[in-house]
Amino acid sequence: MVYGPSSKNTMNQTISEKIISQHAGKPVKAGDIAIVRVDGVMATDATAPFAIKAFRQMGGKKLWDVERVSLIIDHASPAPNETVANLHKLMRDFSAEMGCRLYDIGEGICHQLMVENAHVKPGDLFLGADSHTPTYGALNAFGIGVGSTDLAATMLTGKTWLKVPKTIKITLNGALKKGVTAKDLILFLVKELGVEGANYQAVEFTGETIKSMTLASRMAIANMSSEMGAKTGLVDPTGLDLWYPFEPTFADNDAEYVRELTFDVSSLRPQIAKPHSPENVVDIDEVLGTKVQYAFIGSCTNTRLEDLHAAAQVLNGKKLTSTRLIIAPASKKIFNDALKDGTIQILSDAGATFITSGCGPCVGSHLGVPGDGEVVISSTNRNFQGRMGNPKAQVYLGSPAVVAASALAGEITEPTE
Amino acid sequence: MTTAHVYPVDNIDTDRIIPGKYTKTLDMSALASHVLEDLDPDFAKKVHQGDILVAGNNFGCGSSREQAPIAIKAAGVSVVVAKTFARIFYRNAINIGLPVIEVEHHNIQSGDSISVDLENGIVTNHTKNETYQATKMPQQMIDILNAGGLVNYLIQHGDYV
Ligand code: SF4
Repeated sequence: MVYGPSSKNTMNQTISEKIISQHAGKPVKAGDIAIVRVDGVMATDATAPFAIKAFRQMGGKKLWDVERVSLIIDHASPAPNETVANLHKLMRDFSAEMGCRLYDIGEGICHQLMVENAHVKPGDLFLGADSHTPTYGALNAFGIGVGSTDLAATMLTGKTWLKVPKTIKITLNGALKKGVTAKDLILFLVKELGVEGANYQAVEFTGETIKSMTLASRMAIANMSSEMGAKTGLVDPTGLDLWYPFEPTFADNDAEYVRELTFDVSSLRPQIAKPHSPENVVDIDEVLGTKVQYAFIGSCTNTRLEDLHAAAQVLNGKKLTSTRLIIAPASKKIFNDALKDGTIQILSDAGATFITSGCGPCVGSHLGVPGDGEVVISSTNRNFQGRMGNPKAQVYLGSPAVVAASALAGEITEPTE
Repeated sequence: MTTAHVYPVDNIDTDRIIPGKYTKTLDMSALASHVLEDLDPDFAKKVHQGDILVAGNNFGCGSSREQAPIAIKAAGVSVVVAKTFARIFYRNAINIGLPVIEVEHHNIQSGDSISVDLENGIVTNHTKNETYQATKMPQQMIDILNAGGLVNYLIQHGDYV
Protein backbone atom coordinates (compact mmCIF):
# COMPACT_ATOMS: atom_id res chain seq x y z
CA MET A 1 0.00 0.00 0.00
CA VAL A 2 1.33 3.43 -0.93
CA TYR A 3 0.67 6.41 1.28
CA GLY A 4 0.16 9.46 -0.84
CA PRO A 5 0.35 13.11 0.12
CA SER A 6 -2.02 14.25 2.82
CA SER A 7 -5.45 15.23 1.68
CA LYS A 8 -5.76 18.29 3.90
CA ASN A 9 -7.30 20.35 1.14
CA THR A 10 -10.26 18.09 0.53
CA MET A 11 -13.41 19.97 1.42
CA ASN A 12 -16.71 18.94 3.03
CA GLN A 13 -14.99 16.81 5.62
CA THR A 14 -15.62 16.16 9.28
CA ILE A 15 -12.66 15.92 11.65
CA SER A 16 -12.86 12.11 11.46
CA GLU A 17 -12.88 12.13 7.67
CA LYS A 18 -9.87 14.43 7.59
CA ILE A 19 -7.78 12.43 10.03
CA ILE A 20 -8.67 9.11 8.41
CA SER A 21 -7.95 10.52 4.93
CA GLN A 22 -4.50 11.53 6.08
CA HIS A 23 -3.87 8.03 7.37
CA ALA A 24 -5.36 6.23 4.38
CA GLY A 25 -3.34 8.26 1.90
CA LYS A 26 -6.48 9.14 -0.04
CA PRO A 27 -9.62 11.19 0.59
CA VAL A 28 -12.37 9.23 2.30
CA LYS A 29 -15.99 9.88 3.19
CA ALA A 30 -18.31 8.35 5.78
CA GLY A 31 -19.21 4.79 4.84
CA ASP A 32 -15.92 4.04 3.05
CA ILE A 33 -13.83 1.12 4.25
CA ALA A 34 -10.20 2.23 4.59
CA ILE A 35 -6.93 0.55 5.44
CA VAL A 36 -5.03 3.09 7.51
CA ARG A 37 -1.62 3.48 9.08
CA VAL A 38 -1.76 3.85 12.85
CA ASP A 39 0.33 6.30 14.90
CA GLY A 40 0.34 4.35 18.12
CA VAL A 41 -1.27 1.56 20.11
CA MET A 42 -1.68 0.71 23.75
CA ALA A 43 -2.99 -2.25 25.71
CA THR A 44 -3.57 -2.80 29.41
CA ASP A 45 -3.32 -5.77 31.72
CA ALA A 46 -6.98 -6.46 30.88
CA THR A 47 -6.25 -6.75 27.16
CA ALA A 48 -2.50 -7.06 26.56
CA PRO A 49 -2.20 -10.75 27.57
CA PHE A 50 -4.71 -11.74 24.86
CA ALA A 51 -3.05 -9.34 22.41
CA ILE A 52 0.35 -10.90 23.09
CA LYS A 53 -1.10 -14.36 22.62
CA ALA A 54 -2.74 -13.34 19.32
CA PHE A 55 0.46 -11.58 18.19
CA ARG A 56 2.42 -14.78 18.69
CA GLN A 57 -0.27 -16.86 16.99
CA MET A 58 0.00 -14.53 13.99
CA GLY A 59 3.67 -15.46 13.85
CA GLY A 60 4.79 -12.10 15.27
CA LYS A 61 8.53 -11.99 16.01
CA LYS A 62 8.99 -8.24 16.28
CA LEU A 63 6.80 -5.18 16.67
CA TRP A 64 6.24 -2.89 13.72
CA ASP A 65 7.68 0.02 15.72
CA VAL A 66 8.75 -0.32 19.37
CA GLU A 67 8.36 3.42 19.97
CA ARG A 68 4.68 3.28 19.08
CA VAL A 69 3.61 0.43 21.33
CA SER A 70 2.79 0.99 25.03
CA LEU A 71 1.74 -1.60 27.58
CA ILE A 72 0.17 -0.43 30.84
CA ILE A 73 -0.43 -2.32 34.07
CA ASP A 74 -3.41 -0.44 35.50
CA HIS A 75 -6.58 -2.53 35.58
CA ALA A 76 -5.63 -4.77 38.53
CA SER A 77 -2.52 -3.09 39.83
CA PRO A 78 -0.64 -4.13 41.94
CA ALA A 79 -1.63 -7.74 41.32
CA PRO A 80 -4.39 -8.92 43.69
CA ASN A 81 -3.71 -12.64 43.17
CA GLU A 82 -1.34 -15.07 41.51
CA THR A 83 -3.27 -15.37 38.23
CA VAL A 84 -3.06 -11.62 37.65
CA ALA A 85 0.53 -11.54 38.86
CA ASN A 86 1.42 -14.01 36.14
CA LEU A 87 -0.35 -11.95 33.48
CA HIS A 88 1.65 -8.92 34.63
CA LYS A 89 4.81 -10.97 34.43
CA LEU A 90 3.91 -12.04 30.91
CA MET A 91 3.60 -8.34 29.94
CA ARG A 92 6.93 -7.43 31.54
CA ASP A 93 8.66 -10.32 29.81
CA PHE A 94 7.12 -9.39 26.46
CA SER A 95 8.13 -5.75 26.79
CA ALA A 96 11.70 -6.74 27.70
CA GLU A 97 11.87 -9.15 24.79
CA MET A 98 10.39 -6.76 22.21
CA GLY A 99 11.85 -3.55 23.56
CA CYS A 100 8.56 -1.68 23.85
CA ARG A 101 7.48 0.72 26.58
CA LEU A 102 5.79 -0.61 29.71
CA TYR A 103 4.16 1.46 32.44
CA ASP A 104 4.27 -0.67 35.53
CA ILE A 105 2.15 -0.58 38.69
CA GLY A 106 1.29 2.81 40.11
CA GLU A 107 2.27 4.87 37.07
CA GLY A 108 -1.35 5.56 36.32
CA ILE A 109 -4.37 4.87 34.12
CA CYS A 110 -3.61 4.07 30.48
CA HIS A 111 -5.43 7.03 28.90
CA GLN A 112 -3.96 9.55 31.31
CA LEU A 113 -0.46 8.21 30.63
CA MET A 114 -0.86 8.32 26.85
CA VAL A 115 -1.93 11.98 26.97
CA GLU A 116 0.39 13.10 29.78
CA ASN A 117 3.47 11.65 28.06
CA ALA A 118 2.42 12.78 24.58
CA HIS A 119 2.35 9.27 23.16
CA VAL A 120 -0.80 10.45 21.42
CA LYS A 121 -0.95 13.89 19.83
CA PRO A 122 -3.42 16.03 17.88
CA GLY A 123 -4.20 14.63 14.44
CA ASP A 124 -3.07 11.10 15.36
CA LEU A 125 -4.99 7.95 14.59
CA PHE A 126 -4.52 5.88 17.72
CA LEU A 127 -5.76 2.41 18.67
CA GLY A 128 -6.27 1.39 22.26
CA ALA A 129 -7.33 -2.01 23.48
CA ASP A 130 -9.72 -0.27 25.82
CA SER A 131 -13.17 1.14 25.21
CA HIS A 132 -12.33 4.61 26.53
CA THR A 133 -9.73 5.29 23.86
CA PRO A 134 -12.04 8.04 22.47
CA THR A 135 -10.61 10.09 25.37
CA TYR A 136 -7.91 11.24 22.92
CA GLY A 137 -10.55 13.19 21.04
CA ALA A 138 -9.89 15.83 23.71
CA LEU A 139 -6.55 16.29 21.98
CA ASN A 140 -8.20 16.45 18.57
CA ALA A 141 -6.91 12.92 17.85
CA PHE A 142 -8.92 10.01 16.42
CA GLY A 143 -8.78 7.39 19.15
CA ILE A 144 -10.73 4.18 18.83
CA GLY A 145 -11.16 1.27 21.16
CA VAL A 146 -10.52 -2.17 19.75
CA GLY A 147 -10.13 -5.65 21.12
CA SER A 148 -6.94 -7.58 21.69
CA THR A 149 -6.80 -9.34 18.32
CA ASP A 150 -7.22 -6.10 16.36
CA LEU A 151 -4.48 -4.62 18.49
CA ALA A 152 -2.18 -7.57 17.86
CA ALA A 153 -2.68 -7.16 14.12
CA THR A 154 -1.59 -3.51 14.37
CA MET A 155 1.38 -4.40 16.60
CA LEU A 156 2.48 -6.57 13.70
CA THR A 157 1.56 -4.47 10.66
CA GLY A 158 1.25 -0.86 11.88
CA LYS A 159 -2.12 -0.75 10.18
CA THR A 160 -5.76 -1.50 10.71
CA TRP A 161 -8.93 -1.36 8.68
CA LEU A 162 -11.93 0.66 9.60
CA LYS A 163 -15.22 1.97 8.34
CA VAL A 164 -15.23 5.75 8.18
CA PRO A 165 -17.94 6.79 10.64
CA LYS A 166 -20.76 9.22 10.12
CA THR A 167 -20.61 12.09 12.60
CA ILE A 168 -23.08 13.61 15.04
CA LYS A 169 -22.33 17.26 15.76
CA ILE A 170 -23.13 18.54 19.24
CA THR A 171 -22.93 22.27 19.84
CA LEU A 172 -22.92 23.47 23.44
CA ASN A 173 -23.48 27.11 24.27
CA GLY A 174 -23.71 29.05 27.50
CA ALA A 175 -21.55 29.28 30.60
CA LEU A 176 -21.90 26.45 33.11
CA LYS A 177 -23.17 27.49 36.52
CA LYS A 178 -20.83 27.31 39.46
CA GLY A 179 -20.55 23.75 40.71
CA VAL A 180 -21.54 22.33 37.31
CA THR A 181 -18.71 20.61 35.46
CA ALA A 182 -17.77 18.87 32.24
CA LYS A 183 -18.89 15.62 33.91
CA ASP A 184 -22.40 16.96 34.41
CA LEU A 185 -22.45 18.05 30.80
CA ILE A 186 -21.46 14.68 29.43
CA LEU A 187 -23.85 12.82 31.75
CA PHE A 188 -26.60 15.07 30.41
CA LEU A 189 -25.58 14.27 26.83
CA VAL A 190 -25.46 10.51 27.50
CA LYS A 191 -29.03 10.80 28.75
CA GLU A 192 -30.07 12.80 25.68
CA LEU A 193 -28.48 10.41 23.17
CA GLY A 194 -28.77 7.13 25.08
CA VAL A 195 -26.18 4.36 25.46
CA GLU A 196 -26.43 3.41 21.80
CA GLY A 197 -27.29 6.84 20.45
CA ALA A 198 -24.00 7.17 18.63
CA ASN A 199 -23.32 3.50 17.88
CA TYR A 200 -20.90 3.10 14.95
CA GLN A 201 -20.72 6.92 14.68
CA ALA A 202 -18.32 9.66 15.69
CA VAL A 203 -19.36 12.64 17.79
CA GLU A 204 -17.93 16.14 17.39
CA PHE A 205 -18.26 18.49 20.34
CA THR A 206 -18.17 22.19 19.62
CA GLY A 207 -19.64 25.49 20.80
CA GLU A 208 -18.64 28.23 23.20
CA THR A 209 -18.93 26.06 26.31
CA ILE A 210 -16.38 23.61 24.94
CA LYS A 211 -13.95 26.14 23.52
CA SER A 212 -13.10 27.56 26.94
CA MET A 213 -12.56 24.19 28.62
CA THR A 214 -9.33 22.87 30.09
CA LEU A 215 -7.72 19.75 28.65
CA ALA A 216 -8.85 17.79 31.73
CA SER A 217 -12.50 18.78 31.18
CA ARG A 218 -12.28 18.02 27.47
CA MET A 219 -10.94 14.60 28.40
CA ALA A 220 -13.93 13.92 30.68
CA ILE A 221 -16.26 14.71 27.80
CA ALA A 222 -14.44 12.80 25.06
CA ASN A 223 -13.98 9.88 27.47
CA MET A 224 -17.69 9.35 28.00
CA SER A 225 -18.57 9.54 24.33
CA SER A 226 -17.98 5.79 24.72
CA GLU A 227 -21.07 5.71 26.91
CA MET A 228 -23.12 6.79 23.86
CA GLY A 229 -21.64 3.89 21.91
CA ALA A 230 -19.57 6.31 19.82
CA LYS A 231 -16.64 5.09 17.79
CA THR A 232 -14.85 8.23 18.86
CA GLY A 233 -15.58 11.69 20.30
CA LEU A 234 -13.69 14.62 18.88
CA VAL A 235 -13.51 17.96 20.62
CA ASP A 236 -13.17 21.19 18.64
CA PRO A 237 -9.48 22.17 19.04
CA THR A 238 -10.30 25.87 19.46
CA GLY A 239 -8.84 26.95 22.79
CA LEU A 240 -6.94 23.69 23.30
CA ASP A 241 -3.94 24.52 25.43
CA LEU A 242 -1.02 22.06 25.19
CA TRP A 243 2.59 22.21 26.30
CA TYR A 244 3.91 21.44 22.81
CA PRO A 245 3.17 22.92 19.38
CA PHE A 246 0.56 21.19 17.24
CA GLU A 247 -1.50 21.65 14.12
CA PRO A 248 -5.26 21.54 14.81
CA THR A 249 -7.73 19.71 12.56
CA PHE A 250 -11.03 21.53 12.14
CA ALA A 251 -14.17 20.30 10.46
CA ASP A 252 -14.98 22.05 7.19
CA ASN A 253 -17.87 24.50 7.30
CA ASP A 254 -19.80 22.40 4.83
CA ALA A 255 -18.97 19.04 6.45
CA GLU A 256 -21.86 16.59 6.35
CA TYR A 257 -23.37 15.38 9.62
CA VAL A 258 -25.87 12.64 10.23
CA ARG A 259 -27.40 14.63 13.09
CA GLU A 260 -26.84 18.09 14.57
CA LEU A 261 -27.86 18.96 18.11
CA THR A 262 -27.50 22.28 19.90
CA PHE A 263 -27.95 22.83 23.62
CA ASP A 264 -27.89 25.90 25.83
CA VAL A 265 -26.32 24.55 29.00
CA SER A 266 -26.36 27.71 31.09
CA SER A 267 -29.10 26.43 33.37
CA LEU A 268 -27.83 22.83 33.65
CA ARG A 269 -28.01 21.36 37.17
CA PRO A 270 -25.48 18.83 38.52
CA GLN A 271 -26.34 15.47 36.93
CA ILE A 272 -26.44 12.00 38.45
CA ALA A 273 -26.61 8.63 36.68
CA LYS A 274 -28.70 6.23 38.73
CA PRO A 275 -28.15 2.45 38.79
CA HIS A 276 -27.59 0.52 36.51
CA SER A 277 -26.86 2.51 33.37
CA PRO A 278 -24.93 5.67 32.51
CA GLU A 279 -27.95 6.87 30.50
CA ASN A 280 -30.21 6.69 33.55
CA VAL A 281 -29.45 10.34 34.30
CA VAL A 282 -31.46 12.82 36.37
CA ASP A 283 -30.95 16.28 37.84
CA ILE A 284 -29.36 15.88 41.24
CA ASP A 285 -32.55 17.27 42.82
CA GLU A 286 -34.34 13.96 42.16
CA VAL A 287 -31.90 11.91 44.22
CA LEU A 288 -30.84 14.35 46.94
CA GLY A 289 -30.79 12.61 50.31
CA THR A 290 -30.07 9.10 48.96
CA LYS A 291 -27.88 7.52 51.63
CA VAL A 292 -24.41 6.45 50.49
CA GLN A 293 -21.94 4.18 52.26
CA TYR A 294 -19.05 4.39 49.83
CA ALA A 295 -17.70 7.26 47.71
CA PHE A 296 -15.09 6.78 45.01
CA ILE A 297 -13.09 9.40 43.15
CA GLY A 298 -11.19 7.69 40.38
CA SER A 299 -11.01 6.63 36.73
CA CYS A 300 -9.85 8.02 33.41
CA THR A 301 -12.93 10.26 33.40
CA ASN A 302 -12.39 12.28 36.55
CA THR A 303 -9.30 12.09 38.72
CA ARG A 304 -7.07 14.75 37.28
CA LEU A 305 -5.69 17.65 39.28
CA GLU A 306 -8.74 19.87 38.75
CA ASP A 307 -10.95 17.04 40.02
CA LEU A 308 -8.87 16.58 43.16
CA HIS A 309 -8.97 20.36 43.67
CA ALA A 310 -12.75 20.28 43.42
CA ALA A 311 -12.92 17.54 46.05
CA ALA A 312 -10.45 19.34 48.31
CA GLN A 313 -12.47 22.52 48.08
CA VAL A 314 -15.48 20.66 49.44
CA LEU A 315 -13.56 18.76 52.14
CA ASN A 316 -11.11 21.43 53.30
CA GLY A 317 -11.09 21.42 57.12
CA LYS A 318 -13.96 18.92 57.28
CA LYS A 319 -14.05 15.35 58.56
CA LEU A 320 -15.77 12.33 57.01
CA THR A 321 -17.91 10.40 59.45
CA SER A 322 -20.18 7.66 58.15
CA THR A 323 -19.09 7.27 54.53
CA ARG A 324 -15.76 5.91 53.32
CA LEU A 325 -14.03 7.84 50.55
CA ILE A 326 -11.47 6.13 48.31
CA ILE A 327 -9.38 8.13 45.86
CA ALA A 328 -7.18 6.76 43.04
CA PRO A 329 -5.43 9.67 41.27
CA ALA A 330 -5.29 9.11 37.51
CA SER A 331 -1.49 9.05 37.50
CA LYS A 332 1.53 9.22 39.75
CA LYS A 333 2.29 12.63 38.25
CA ILE A 334 -1.13 13.89 39.29
CA PHE A 335 -0.65 12.41 42.75
CA ASN A 336 2.72 14.15 43.05
CA ASP A 337 1.36 17.46 41.80
CA ALA A 338 -1.47 17.21 44.33
CA LEU A 339 1.03 16.29 47.01
CA LYS A 340 3.15 19.34 46.29
CA ASP A 341 0.25 21.80 46.27
CA GLY A 342 -1.23 20.47 49.52
CA THR A 343 -4.35 18.88 48.03
CA ILE A 344 -3.45 15.39 49.21
CA GLN A 345 -2.97 16.66 52.77
CA ILE A 346 -6.42 18.27 52.81
CA LEU A 347 -8.11 15.13 51.48
CA SER A 348 -6.16 12.82 53.76
CA ASP A 349 -6.91 14.98 56.80
CA ALA A 350 -10.58 14.78 55.91
CA GLY A 351 -10.31 10.98 56.09
CA ALA A 352 -9.95 9.94 52.46
CA THR A 353 -8.07 6.72 51.67
CA PHE A 354 -5.61 6.89 48.78
CA ILE A 355 -5.01 3.81 46.66
CA THR A 356 -2.66 3.06 43.76
CA SER A 357 -3.07 5.20 40.66
CA GLY A 358 -4.92 2.89 38.32
CA CYS A 359 -8.38 1.49 37.64
CA GLY A 360 -9.08 -0.65 40.73
CA PRO A 361 -12.63 -0.02 41.98
CA CYS A 362 -13.78 1.44 38.62
CA VAL A 363 -13.70 -1.99 37.04
CA GLY A 364 -14.28 -3.98 40.21
CA SER A 365 -10.98 -5.79 40.08
CA HIS A 366 -9.90 -5.00 43.66
CA LEU A 367 -9.04 -2.22 46.15
CA GLY A 368 -12.61 -1.34 47.04
CA VAL A 369 -15.47 -3.62 46.01
CA PRO A 370 -18.80 -2.53 47.56
CA GLY A 371 -20.83 -4.89 49.78
CA ASP A 372 -24.30 -6.30 49.07
CA GLY A 373 -26.94 -3.60 49.04
CA GLU A 374 -24.42 -0.82 49.52
CA VAL A 375 -24.91 2.45 47.71
CA VAL A 376 -21.92 3.99 45.98
CA ILE A 377 -21.43 7.49 44.61
CA SER A 378 -18.63 7.44 42.08
CA SER A 379 -16.85 9.80 39.68
CA THR A 380 -16.33 7.00 37.14
CA ASN A 381 -18.03 6.51 33.78
CA ARG A 382 -20.01 3.28 34.05
CA ASN A 383 -22.49 1.90 36.54
CA PHE A 384 -23.64 -1.26 34.80
CA GLN A 385 -24.78 -3.89 37.24
CA GLY A 386 -21.71 -5.61 38.67
CA ARG A 387 -19.35 -3.01 37.27
CA MET A 388 -17.65 -2.29 40.57
CA GLY A 389 -17.36 -5.98 41.35
CA ASN A 390 -20.68 -6.64 43.10
CA PRO A 391 -23.97 -6.95 41.18
CA LYS A 392 -25.86 -6.37 44.46
CA ALA A 393 -24.43 -2.86 44.91
CA GLN A 394 -26.12 0.32 43.65
CA VAL A 395 -23.74 2.66 41.85
CA TYR A 396 -24.56 6.33 41.19
CA LEU A 397 -22.30 8.48 39.01
CA GLY A 398 -21.56 12.16 39.50
CA SER A 399 -18.82 14.80 39.35
CA PRO A 400 -15.91 14.71 41.81
CA ALA A 401 -17.38 17.68 43.70
CA VAL A 402 -20.70 15.87 44.09
CA VAL A 403 -18.92 12.71 45.21
CA ALA A 404 -16.94 14.66 47.84
CA ALA A 405 -19.99 16.53 49.11
CA SER A 406 -22.02 13.31 49.26
CA ALA A 407 -19.22 11.51 51.11
CA LEU A 408 -19.21 14.28 53.68
CA ALA A 409 -22.97 14.34 54.18
CA GLY A 410 -23.45 10.55 53.96
CA GLU A 411 -26.11 11.12 51.32
CA ILE A 412 -26.25 12.48 47.78
CA THR A 413 -25.69 16.18 48.22
CA GLU A 414 -25.04 19.18 46.04
CA PRO A 415 -21.70 20.89 46.66
CA THR A 416 -22.15 24.39 48.04
CA GLU A 417 -19.60 27.11 47.84
CA MET B 1 -29.58 -26.51 12.60
CA THR B 2 -29.29 -25.58 16.21
CA THR B 3 -31.34 -24.49 19.15
CA ALA B 4 -31.97 -20.85 19.95
CA HIS B 5 -31.57 -19.35 23.42
CA VAL B 6 -33.47 -16.07 23.37
CA TYR B 7 -32.91 -13.17 25.78
CA PRO B 8 -35.06 -10.37 24.35
CA VAL B 9 -33.23 -7.76 26.36
CA ASP B 10 -31.53 -4.56 25.08
CA ASN B 11 -28.09 -3.35 26.12
CA ILE B 12 -26.69 -6.62 27.46
CA ASP B 13 -23.30 -5.17 28.36
CA THR B 14 -19.91 -6.84 28.54
CA ASP B 15 -20.04 -6.84 32.34
CA ARG B 16 -23.10 -9.07 32.13
CA ILE B 17 -21.60 -11.24 29.41
CA ILE B 18 -18.48 -11.85 31.49
CA PRO B 19 -17.95 -9.85 34.70
CA GLY B 20 -14.61 -8.01 34.94
CA LYS B 21 -13.61 -10.07 37.97
CA TYR B 22 -13.44 -13.24 35.82
CA THR B 23 -11.62 -11.79 32.83
CA LYS B 24 -8.07 -11.89 34.12
CA THR B 25 -7.27 -15.28 32.68
CA LEU B 26 -6.22 -16.94 29.46
CA ASP B 27 -8.20 -20.07 30.40
CA MET B 28 -11.14 -20.47 28.00
CA SER B 29 -13.11 -22.98 30.07
CA ALA B 30 -12.99 -20.68 33.10
CA LEU B 31 -14.48 -17.91 30.95
CA ALA B 32 -17.11 -20.23 29.50
CA SER B 33 -18.31 -21.33 32.93
CA HIS B 34 -19.25 -17.76 33.94
CA VAL B 35 -20.72 -16.53 30.67
CA LEU B 36 -23.92 -14.48 31.11
CA GLU B 37 -24.26 -15.68 34.71
CA ASP B 38 -25.67 -12.39 36.04
CA LEU B 39 -28.38 -12.56 33.35
CA ASP B 40 -29.12 -16.29 33.59
CA PRO B 41 -27.14 -18.31 36.15
CA ASP B 42 -27.95 -21.53 34.24
CA PHE B 43 -26.91 -20.36 30.78
CA ALA B 44 -23.54 -22.12 30.73
CA LYS B 45 -25.28 -25.40 31.70
CA LYS B 46 -28.14 -25.05 29.20
CA VAL B 47 -26.14 -24.25 26.11
CA HIS B 48 -25.00 -27.05 23.81
CA GLN B 49 -22.26 -27.00 21.21
CA GLY B 50 -23.52 -25.16 18.12
CA ASP B 51 -26.49 -23.41 19.75
CA ILE B 52 -27.52 -19.88 18.86
CA LEU B 53 -27.78 -16.92 21.21
CA VAL B 54 -30.46 -14.35 20.38
CA ALA B 55 -30.65 -10.89 22.00
CA GLY B 56 -32.10 -7.40 21.54
CA ASN B 57 -30.48 -4.08 20.69
CA ASN B 58 -26.89 -3.00 21.38
CA PHE B 59 -25.66 -6.41 22.45
CA GLY B 60 -22.14 -6.28 23.92
CA CYS B 61 -22.01 -2.61 24.84
CA GLY B 62 -19.48 -1.47 27.42
CA SER B 63 -15.89 -2.53 27.56
CA SER B 64 -13.56 -3.61 24.77
CA ARG B 65 -12.90 -6.93 26.48
CA GLU B 66 -12.46 -9.64 23.89
CA GLN B 67 -13.16 -12.11 26.67
CA ALA B 68 -16.86 -11.37 26.03
CA PRO B 69 -17.13 -12.99 22.58
CA ILE B 70 -14.46 -15.53 23.57
CA ALA B 71 -16.54 -16.64 26.56
CA ILE B 72 -19.64 -16.98 24.38
CA LYS B 73 -17.76 -18.99 21.78
CA ALA B 74 -16.03 -21.13 24.41
CA ALA B 75 -19.45 -21.96 25.89
CA GLY B 76 -20.39 -23.52 22.57
CA VAL B 77 -22.48 -20.80 20.92
CA SER B 78 -22.01 -20.90 17.12
CA VAL B 79 -23.73 -17.65 16.13
CA VAL B 80 -25.09 -14.60 17.96
CA VAL B 81 -28.19 -13.00 16.48
CA ALA B 82 -29.12 -9.54 17.77
CA LYS B 83 -31.09 -6.54 16.56
CA THR B 84 -27.91 -4.47 16.78
CA PHE B 85 -24.46 -4.96 18.28
CA ALA B 86 -22.17 -2.53 20.04
CA ARG B 87 -19.33 -1.62 17.72
CA ILE B 88 -16.34 -3.09 19.53
CA PHE B 89 -18.13 -6.33 20.40
CA TYR B 90 -19.16 -6.81 16.77
CA ARG B 91 -15.61 -6.34 15.57
CA ASN B 92 -14.10 -8.50 18.31
CA ALA B 93 -16.52 -11.35 17.63
CA ILE B 94 -15.52 -11.45 13.99
CA ASN B 95 -11.83 -11.18 14.84
CA ILE B 96 -12.00 -14.22 17.09
CA GLY B 97 -14.14 -16.14 14.60
CA LEU B 98 -17.56 -15.94 16.28
CA PRO B 99 -20.18 -15.15 13.63
CA VAL B 100 -22.60 -12.38 14.58
CA ILE B 101 -25.55 -11.22 12.56
CA GLU B 102 -27.93 -8.30 12.88
CA VAL B 103 -31.62 -9.10 12.36
CA GLU B 104 -34.04 -6.28 13.01
CA HIS B 105 -37.32 -8.24 12.76
CA HIS B 106 -37.76 -11.84 13.74
CA ASN B 107 -40.01 -14.15 15.65
CA ILE B 108 -37.45 -16.49 17.20
CA GLN B 109 -38.31 -18.07 20.56
CA SER B 110 -36.17 -20.15 22.85
CA GLY B 111 -36.05 -23.73 21.65
CA ASP B 112 -36.65 -22.87 17.97
CA SER B 113 -34.40 -24.57 15.50
CA ILE B 114 -32.40 -22.01 13.54
CA SER B 115 -29.86 -21.88 10.73
CA VAL B 116 -27.89 -18.89 9.53
CA ASP B 117 -26.53 -18.04 6.06
CA LEU B 118 -23.96 -15.34 6.73
CA GLU B 119 -22.85 -14.65 3.16
CA ASN B 120 -26.39 -13.88 2.05
CA GLY B 121 -27.59 -12.48 5.36
CA ILE B 122 -30.51 -14.90 5.80
CA VAL B 123 -31.69 -16.46 9.07
CA THR B 124 -34.07 -19.43 8.80
CA ASN B 125 -36.42 -20.52 11.58
CA HIS B 126 -37.13 -24.19 10.84
CA THR B 127 -39.57 -24.57 13.73
CA LYS B 128 -41.84 -21.78 12.48
CA ASN B 129 -40.96 -22.15 8.82
CA GLU B 130 -39.93 -18.51 8.45
CA THR B 131 -36.94 -16.63 7.10
CA TYR B 132 -35.61 -13.27 8.26
CA GLN B 133 -33.46 -10.74 6.45
CA ALA B 134 -30.23 -9.69 8.17
CA THR B 135 -27.97 -6.66 7.66
CA LYS B 136 -25.23 -7.47 5.19
CA MET B 137 -21.70 -7.46 6.57
CA PRO B 138 -18.81 -5.51 4.97
CA GLN B 139 -16.75 -7.79 2.70
CA GLN B 140 -13.63 -7.17 4.83
CA MET B 141 -15.42 -8.80 7.77
CA ILE B 142 -16.68 -11.75 5.73
CA ASP B 143 -13.10 -12.33 4.57
CA ILE B 144 -11.84 -12.34 8.17
CA LEU B 145 -14.64 -14.64 9.28
CA ASN B 146 -14.05 -17.01 6.37
CA ALA B 147 -10.41 -17.24 7.38
CA GLY B 148 -11.59 -18.28 10.86
CA GLY B 149 -10.71 -14.96 12.49
CA LEU B 150 -8.08 -12.25 12.23
CA VAL B 151 -5.18 -14.43 13.41
CA ASN B 152 -5.67 -16.86 10.55
CA TYR B 153 -6.42 -14.04 8.14
CA LEU B 154 -3.03 -12.47 8.88
CA ILE B 155 -1.25 -15.82 8.77
CA GLN B 156 -2.76 -16.38 5.32
CA HIS B 157 -2.24 -12.90 3.92
CA GLY B 158 0.70 -11.54 5.93
CA ASP B 159 -0.93 -8.09 5.97
CA TYR B 160 -4.27 -6.35 5.46
CA VAL B 161 -5.34 -6.78 1.85
S1 SF4 C 1 -10.34 3.84 34.87
FE1 SF4 C 1 -12.10 2.55 34.53
S2 SF4 C 1 -12.95 3.22 32.58
FE2 SF4 C 1 -10.87 4.06 32.72
S3 SF4 C 1 -9.56 2.58 31.70
FE3 SF4 C 1 -9.59 2.02 33.85
S4 SF4 C 1 -11.26 0.54 34.05
FE4 SF4 C 1 -11.52 1.58 32.09
